[in-house]
Amino acid sequence: MSTTPSSPLHLAVALDGTGWHPASWREPSARPRDLFTAGYWADLVTEAERGLLDFVTIEDGLGPQSSHLLLPDERTDQVRGRLDAVLIASRVAPLTRHIGLVPTVVATHTEPFHISKAIATLDYVSTGRAGVRVKISARPDEAAHFGRRALPRIDGYESPAARELVSELFDEAADYVEVVRRLWDSWEDDAEIRDVATGRFVDRDKLHYIDFRGPHFSVKGPSITPRPPQGQPLVTALAHWTVPYRLVARQADVGYITPHDTDQARATVAEIRAEQEAAGRAAEPLHVFADLVVFLDDDPAEAAARRDRLDAAAGHPYTGDARIFTGSPDQLADLLEEFRDAGLTGFRLRPAVLGHDLPAITRGLVPELQRRGAFRRTYEADTLRGLLGLSRPANRYAATA
Amino acid sequence: MTKPLKQIHLAAHFPGVNNTTVWSDPRAGSHIEFASFAHFARTAERAKFDFLFLAEGLRLREQGGQIYDLDVVGRPDTFTVLAALAAVTDRLGLTGTINSTFNEPYEVARQFASLDHLSGGRSAWNVVTSWDAFTGENFRRGGFLPQEERYSRAREFLATAGELFDSWRGDEIVADPVTGTFLADAKAGAFVHRGQHFDIHGRFDVPRSPQGRPVIFQAGDSEEGREFAAADADAIFSRYATLEEGQAFHRDVKKRLAKYGRRPDQLLILPAATFVLGDTDAEAEEKAREVRRQQVSGATALKHLEFVWNRDLSSYDPDGPLPDVDPDVGDQHIARGRAQVRMYRDPLATAREWRELAEANNWSIRDLVINTGNRQTFVGSPATVARTIDDFVQADAADGFILVPHITPSGLDEFADKVVPLLQEQGVFRADYEGTTLRDHLGLAHPDAVGGDERAAS
Repeated sequence: MSTTPSSPLHLAVALDGTGWHPASWREPSARPRDLFTAGYWADLVTEAERGLLDFVTIEDGLGPQSSHLLLPDERTDQVRGRLDAVLIASRVAPLTRHIGLVPTVVATHTEPFHISKAIATLDYVSTGRAGVRVKISARPDEAAHFGRRALPRIDGYESPAARELVSELFDEAADYVEVVRRLWDSWEDDAEIRDVATGRFVDRDKLHYIDFRGPHFSVKGPSITPRPPQGQPLVTALAHWTVPYRLVARQADVGYITPHDTDQARATVAEIRAEQEAAGRAAEPLHVFADLVVFLDDDPAEAAARRDRLDAAAGHPYTGDARIFTGSPDQLADLLEEFRDAGLTGFRLRPAVLGHDLPAITRGLVPELQRRGAFRRTYEADTLRGLLGLSRPANRYAATA
Repeated sequence: MTKPLKQIHLAAHFPGVNNTTVWSDPRAGSHIEFASFAHFARTAERAKFDFLFLAEGLRLREQGGQIYDLDVVGRPDTFTVLAALAAVTDRLGLTGTINSTFNEPYEVARQFASLDHLSGGRSAWNVVTSWDAFTGENFRRGGFLPQEERYSRAREFLATAGELFDSWRGDEIVADPVTGTFLADAKAGAFVHRGQHFDIHGRFDVPRSPQGRPVIFQAGDSEEGREFAAADADAIFSRYATLEEGQAFHRDVKKRLAKYGRRPDQLLILPAATFVLGDTDAEAEEKAREVRRQQVSGATALKHLEFVWNRDLSSYDPDGPLPDVDPDVGDQHIARGRAQVRMYRDPLATAREWRELAEANNWSIRDLVINTGNRQTFVGSPATVARTIDDFVQADAADGFILVPHITPSGLDEFADKVVPLLQEQGVFRADYEGTTLRDHLGLAHPDAVGGDERAAS
């Protein structure tokens, strides 16, 4: 997708518990006791919508959170436990009107048939604002929750053995996305005919078997749920190296990457665009967003002090895959514009403390970007694809005249 | 001494993908847009119903090798639409059918626990089971489950989900920012289950929900299904809605409870019931006849005859006589993905009986299907229907009914406006919700309450 330097940015917020910093739940603005209530999530998404954000993502996993990448822990000083992200998204959908809702699903242990109809249903419930973030799970403890396969223990993602395992899981995720997408298209838009004269409710020639066969699953189709309002809800994925970049390039509408500077951003975008071209998808729109953890205060010194206080409470400095930004909305707007010039089309911000940094985004960063002409002043479309400038795709099974 | 009046439980079944639902009526709206579900749920809540009921099917039905196109086709994902309905209702229970064959306990348990949190304690699970390879073609698991193992898997599935729900007691989250203690118990959610169907261990990640566990429904009617319900369910979605059959079923199931250490009031029996209202009984009867003709078109009549004949009857005239040819009793059935066909255990006898009926009454194929199909459960003026429902419940033919309107989404409106006030006047149905959870509405104890302990000790 061609992006001129003046094109507006897209902004998403990643919701996870009380925020991305492990001590965030201890802050005065956090509501840790409300984490398992609908009202908590409704308030967060409503705040994001007040800031005209494109969408929220909702983190999820098939086991408790852990301070280790690939192993469980038994910590009691951090948030543990969460609700199913698809259901949170659906619960808040009728309470919002414009913002996109993108829950996380784990491809490794779930059924593509179930997830396809769940996201299609989220699209109906939100009248065209659904997406999904697909991830894999290489955690042996999560595999043991299902008991269908054993995953070898790996320490980090760098060793050849780890790369091999993760590549396999991404191959499966690629099949998974393929099945989910085919099922969304398995009903043509005008399949429901309600023809009283012949007594036929549907035209069965417009319902399609998807007949997918793969090493991990085979799915016959069609879906039980008609084609959703957007045709194809948004598919997104977080990617840190070549194999997931390929998934993003071949099958996603939005990829999230984690550059720490503009050179890395440029290099990663180039790699994804090359994969996109190799897959014959160069003409199709594909957004690449950078993920950033943010501590935002009008006074940068206050943001830094807050980060220090949280790190002290946690007992160690917070680090992660994404760059951590600490500063004012003004400074963050500068950084986002720099990254945009490196080829990124948007950002998924991870608020360090949701109760503080989410309103700082919607009430501080957004007005600053609007002043610079870099962000919308009103919602300009009714669907999530529309907000991202993506058209409603043709159905792969529809006969072309 | 007179028996105290039983309070009636009422629920609303969203119109399903079968010929009960009349999609050809000009009033019929969308079966998939959320506005239809929201309208239906709000009507049920306005009428102070106990809960809304949503069915599930995981493969489009086929007949004669083709997708069945005469009924409503297509429906949403159960969990997702129930979670959204929690946003547009405040007290209404939310019951969903979820198959235990094509799911895994960890995922289903976290979905129900999440739904229970997100609805403030209003979730219920109708546990169904299936073995057919036809549906299995849509899933990783495929269709390997032998028929005789479906209840053993369902029971172990439910028991395992119960262990996951119970892996949190409910007092683990302290979230004290001063001491920095979020969890009081480092092992909250720990579980180990080693059984014939599931061998899983680890930690469940959803803290205990308001109801502790969702309310459990069971809908199967076989001997195993009844035992499953007596042992493990809080309510049965039954199909016996006539007075005599209802009483027989009620007696049969309630007497099975003692062996599991349960009291009769710990299992509710709620048959599915259809209804047609009119200003007078005569007008309702006339409307009911018309609805049955709408439900069974000529094309539908032929397809329903095929359930028994198990052959392609498309060349027959639905307004003509029944086929001379006998049913095909081969293994492979012409109708796939349809539980109904198993009701006809002796198709040759059924065919013989139907031919005799048709001859005696001078019925065409369509007449026969209309007349042997289910008549509406309640037909009459609002006063007649209210009285009949009350009579059935007081006579222990049921503890209440799951009403199945034939029009989406407005089919419940008239019942809510005209019948419910009469039941409220009679003092047999709540004038307002007294509690907040579905367990409160159904008069079921919280699993942590004393009743649960008695049962565990037996």
